[in-house]
Amino acid sequence: MAPVLVLIERVDGAVRKPSLELLTLARRIGEPAALVLGAVDDATVATLGEHGATTVYSVDAPELTDYLIVPAAEAVTHVAKMLDPAAVLVTSGPDGKEIAGRVAVALDSGIITDAVDIQPGDGSPVVTQSVFSGTWLADSTITSGTPVITVRTNSVAVETSPSTPSVESVDVAFSDLARAAKVTGTTAKQSSGRPDLTDAAIVVAGGRGMGSEDAFALVEGVADALGAAVAASRAATDMGWYGHEFQVGQTGKTVSPSLYIAAGISGAIQHRAGMQGSKTIVAVNKDPKAPIFEIADFGVVGDLHTVLPALTEELGKR
Amino acid sequence: MKIVVLVKYVPEPTATWTYADDLTIDRAGVEGRLSELDEYAVEQALQLTEKGLDAEIVYLTMGPAKAVDGLRKALSMGGTSGVHVLDDALHASDAMATSLVLAKAIEAVGDVDLVMSGMASTDAEMSVVPSMVAARLGWPQVTFAAALEVDGSTVRIRRDSDTGSQNVEASLPAVVSVTDQTGEARYPSFKGIMAGKKKPVTTMTLADIGVDASAVGAGAAKSVTASANVRPPKEAGTVITDEGDGAAKIADFLASAKFI
Repeated sequence: MAPVLVLIERVDGAVRKPSLELLTLARRIGEPAALVLGAVDDATVATLGEHGATTVYSVDAPELTDYLIVPAAEAVTHVAKMLDPAAVLVTSGPDGKEIAGRVAVALDSGIITDAVDIQPGDGSPVVTQSVFSGTWLADSTITSGTPVITVRTNSVAVETSPSTPSVESVDVAFSDLARAAKVTGTTAKQSSGRPDLTDAAIVVAGGRGMGSEDAFALVEGVADALGAAVAASRAATDMGWYGHEFQVGQTGKTVSPSLYIAAGISGAIQHRAGMQGSKTIVAVNKDPKAPIFEIADFGVVGDLHTVLPALTEELGKR
Repeated sequence: MKIVVLVKYVPEPTATWTYADDLTIDRAGVEGRLSELDEYAVEQALQLTEKGLDAEIVYLTMGPAKAVDGLRKALSMGGTSGVHVLDDALHASDAMATSLVLAKAIEAVGDVDLVMSGMASTDAEMSVVPSMVAARLGWPQVTFAAALEVDGSTVRIRRDSDTGSQNVEASLPAVVSVTDQTGEARYPSFKGIMAGKKKPVTTMTLADIGVDASAVGAGAAKSVTASANVRPPKEAGTVITDEGDGAAKIADFLASAKFI
């Protein structure tokens, strides 16, 4: 079977769940070959093997952290040229999409972004995208070059398939251009202790109806009772009530959790574009005409300032 | 200094979009507008000159005849001139062809020091074209800027991510994309709209920028959409009015769906 090159992402040394989703999809169309940027340790190899990687490639070089995007793209391109894989899979996100774009140019290949499903096809895999703010599903294939595909998080349930991967270290000769955009400083964010928004199974989100920064404590209360991530609409982040990195919508993140609870969010098309793929949607809004109720599986017309604290209490009792 | 701002004329986001018979977005059937995300790039380019950078601002678009309206909108906000790559062969171009055409057009404009764009288009939402243009030009990419500054020879940005933020710098010429965090775009004034109508817009064909028609359009597309279907509408959910029992009803629902 042809290899499928999967770019692995790690946070604090741990493989991110979206990378395991990529390995799950890769197994449908070939043999997963994982590419790790940075040094690999036994724990990383064990996790990747448990999810079906038959080979783990490692490119470890200071350029990968000292310069923006281009070194990572050159590393992926180098390994792709080595393997001639059936596809290159990368997680959708600012870094992943830019890496994929450059790899497509370097390989002179077609690129499809934001896939929500990949199935084996006649030659090239069939890639499903959720488009037009999630109102249409489109099936496409790449017809030229090595298919380069970025995949939305939470699009597939992670499955294990234990194997014992071989580990190979790869040297990449970076171009001068790879050293052109220098990272001169990094500021780490304080961890909230909650799940990462893009990977979370449950998301609790607040919008304009929250009315204040303080009211977001009510959203956090429900989130913590459910072990969920917290999100906000653009209206709320623009007001400064919650951090921009938690914004869901067209200019923020696209999430597709099992459960999305929207409080004080009207459900404008720009917000729906970021959460319409959620499996189950619960809405609390005081306006019975809010469009969010059109897509909600369960809606409560009421004041979130009383409903949310009562819900936190109720969840504590059950 | 010369700044080129890439702008895209897109279907109005609040309209109902559909596919044309050839499975490309039906652009003729809906109102269009300058992509909101590109307005942030226009705003930042204008702010750079207002802060004292001595620069000419050229807006560059590719698209059907109507796309000139996007250039006019940008010109009504400020800036010097517009370039419209207009050619029937461009219809149904993919990101690979789009990035090729934009890079060749930037070279045709000539003596460009800085290319700016939004973080994505609001129609295709791919977010790949700025990095692909940078790759084709062989210029540094300094992308997803939440804040930026430019002096005579260097661009510095702040790029935010889930885990923190990075400060990144590169020498010019470079390609910069900006996020909505850079700050609200201005509304054109009446005076600006009148002035924008008189600013020069040059139309270029593929021949003018040295791109063969066989390298663009549906024929050159490296991906093809085989089928597209409206997602089946969600079954209508239950909506209740809170009478003091709203929270308990939600908890009941979550329990029935096995979330708790």
